[in-house]
Amino acid sequence: MISLNINNKTYSLEADADTPLLWVLRDIVGLVGTKYGCGVAQCGACVVHLNGEAVRSCVTKVSRAIGQKVVTIEGLSEKNDHPLQKAWLELDVAQCGYCQAGQIMAAAVLLKENKQPTDADIDIAMAGNICRCGTYLRIREAIHLAADIQQKSKKR
Amino acid sequence: MAKRYYWPKKAIFLITTLLIFMVIVMSAFDREVPYTKDDQTHDSIASVTAFTQVYKVLMSPRCMNCHPSGDVPLQGDDSHLHTMLPRRGKDGKGLYAMKCTNCHQPENTPGVRTPPGNANWHLPPADMKMVFQGKTAHELARQLVDPKRNGRKNMAQLIAHADDDLVLAGWNPGEGRTLPPISHAEFKKAWLTWIRNGAFAPAP
Repeated sequence: MISLNINNKTYSLEADADTPLLWVLRDIVGLVGTKYGCGVAQCGACVVHLNGEAVRSCVTKVSRAIGQKVVTIEGLSEKNDHPLQKAWLELDVAQCGYCQAGQIMAAAVLLKENKQPTDADIDIAMAGNICRCGTYLRIREAIHLAADIQQKSKKR
Repeated sequence: MAKRYYWPKKAIFLITTLLIFMVIVMSAFDREVPYTKDDQTHDSIASVTAFTQVYKVLMSPRCMNCHPSGDVPLQGDDSHLHTMLPRRGKDGKGLYAMKCTNCHQPENTPGVRTPPGNANWHLPPADMKMVFQGKTAHELARQLVDPKRNGRKNMAQLIAHADDDLVLAGWNPGEGRTLPPISHAEFKKAWLTWIRNGAFAPAP
């Protein structure tokens, strides 16, 4: 029996310590917003936050998450109102949508560490997240918009 | 009159004491201290010969890939730029959503050419990049013994570095990657021979 803190909730569950965190999230806990893409940390579809860092849950053993803080796309905001989620809706970023949870979770780390990223900063931060539909330009625009939303909400 | 006999006695005692003191001091200068003797035996030929072995290892992909000339690590046996172009960052641990340990786990990930792992996976920091890529044997040898360019290591720390966890990871690179050209034991022997014989740099 292991205990995990996911989206500020404690889960006690049975899982082998070597099980990838992704499978625990999807198959045991039922949080299916995080997607399986490549299984070898090459695409970014499975990005979740582990203590605030954008880890790839397909190669992260669940043992690494014990006693740590895991946040998935479902827990990024309480009312789906994170600046990135607002911007994503505003600009209709997603096409098929499969990679978008990973894109948003990666972008959230960027915005936390760089409040007004340039195009170059965005390209560096997001280079590990692949989108088969090629929504990269909308993703970049949405991150700029989310940075503005974040700034405005802080000024209020 | 009896007092006259005390003077020679005192003088003899003093001279004897001084002689004993001098003998002790002289013997201290003659004494061989093993580690200093070792360090002071500067066999430049043995040193440079050993460094040719060391250089082959340091320039192998397993070492050089994380000592790139730019800010993007290298990858694979052909030392191409790391896919996704992760950046060094200030502390050598990556930037934003592209931190090294987001993909590189504390241990190797199972499977061929999946991310290799180590708990301390990182590049040298931005303020001391410790570049190997493109360096000649002469340049690299000079750099390795310069605390301003070697991670502020003195000779003792340099010797200990042969057994550093991340150095050892070069010999446990995960499936699908070649090993350095010699074993870690052979590398360590060459490393110590190079340093203990004076850490000479090969001719430019």
